[in-house]
Amino acid sequence: MSPSNGHWVIALTLLMALWLAIVPLPVWAQWGRPELVAMVLVYWVIALPERVGIGIAWVVGLLQDIMQGSPLGQHAFALAVLAYVSLILYQRLRMYPPIQQAGVIFVLIGLNQLLCHWVETLTGTVSPNLLFLLPALVSALLWPLLSVFLRVLRRAYYVT
Amino acid sequence: MLIFAGQRFGWVKDLQANLSIVATPFYWVGDIPSKISEWSDENIRSRKTLIADNERFTAESLLLKAQVQKLASLEAENVRLRELLNSSAILDDSVLVAEMVGVSPDPLHHQIIVNKGKKDGLYVGQPVTDALGLMGQIIEVGPLQSRVLLITDASHALPVQINRNGVRSVAEGVGLFHELILQHVAATTDIKVGDLLVSSGLGQRFPVGYPVAVVTEVTIDPGQAFAIVKAKPSAALNRSRHVLLVFSNRREGSAAVEPE
Repeated sequence: MSPSNGHWVIALTLLMALWLAIVPLPVWAQWGRPELVAMVLVYWVIALPERVGIGIAWVVGLLQDIMQGSPLGQHAFALAVLAYVSLILYQRLRMYPPIQQAGVIFVLIGLNQLLCHWVETLTGTVSPNLLFLLPALVSALLWPLLSVFLRVLRRAYYVT
Repeated sequence: MLIFAGQRFGWVKDLQANLSIVATPFYWVGDIPSKISEWSDENIRSRKTLIADNERFTAESLLLKAQVQKLASLEAENVRLRELLNSSAILDDSVLVAEMVGVSPDPLHHQIIVNKGKKDGLYVGQPVTDALGLMGQIIEVGPLQSRVLLITDASHALPVQINRNGVRSVAEGVGLFHELILQHVAATTDIKVGDLLVSSGLGQRFPVGYPVAVVTEVTIDPGQAFAIVKAKPSAALNRSRHVLLVFSNRREGSAAVEPE
């Protein structure tokens, strides 16, 4: 077995998240769309910090920008910052129980939303309220589920 | 940095438009559920609904034919009158039917993605309508798909006029699918609830005379400098699956204004 394994699992989960980020949602759910791309990325950074880092985060963010038509570099910047913070925190995050991890995810996704919104306001789109922070809450609630799912995948395919 | 470069230089936008070919398969896959539901709508139907539909279509076709007859004479009369006035007749616009394949995931942006691109001759700023009214304009043309900015987006505004008396105004989007706001309408303006707003063509972006919205609310507050006028878009902005891309003949020759 090669020293590093399962590139395609990481790539596939990220692509899956990118796809889920553009699936149309009903109107009532639009504001609460979980930031799956950021969550999956943070998971891989925490699990395999030597494999997934700021560079990959930037490329994934750029892909997300291209797909969503947001200003090129918006998500790239936000995700790179997110990856950087996760790289600093990963040793502590691994020790946390799921609830506490979800708390940190709430802050991280909130940061992601704030950075994205900051760029949005630079380009002239101003949110009328704070609803743009709702995805942080939804993502935090989904985090325990997602982390268990990704851990099962990681164990099953020996992603190291 | 890239974000700022994208704001300042056009080539970053072009690059992004060309790179959108990467996104095409994602949108294609994302569209499959609605494709399936459409297919089942078309294929799984009872005989009774088919007969009922058939009857309805026949009646509708008859009605429309009758209206078209009237239209021909009206058109001829219109041309005659315009000749009398020494003004050129309005040229017909040609249209291309496109299918919507995706919507913007961000509720702050009212944008849709349609399955036609550069190879079909689309251009930035091209007007988009559906069967009921004006929907928006193209803001990004990729090789295989394009992005449409809807008229209800908070960053969109278009020149309109009241169909009844020709009073001009500007209809701005506010970020709600069912609302447009007319800016700077003097309190003495002759505008009533139920008035149809049509595109005035003054911005040289949209062709003249397409229905845009119906006025739903006129509030005249003596304390305010202008009346508050709200209108409901005629187009089914969040329901239309098939859209029409208008190739306006009048636009050729006129200098294209870069969208914001």
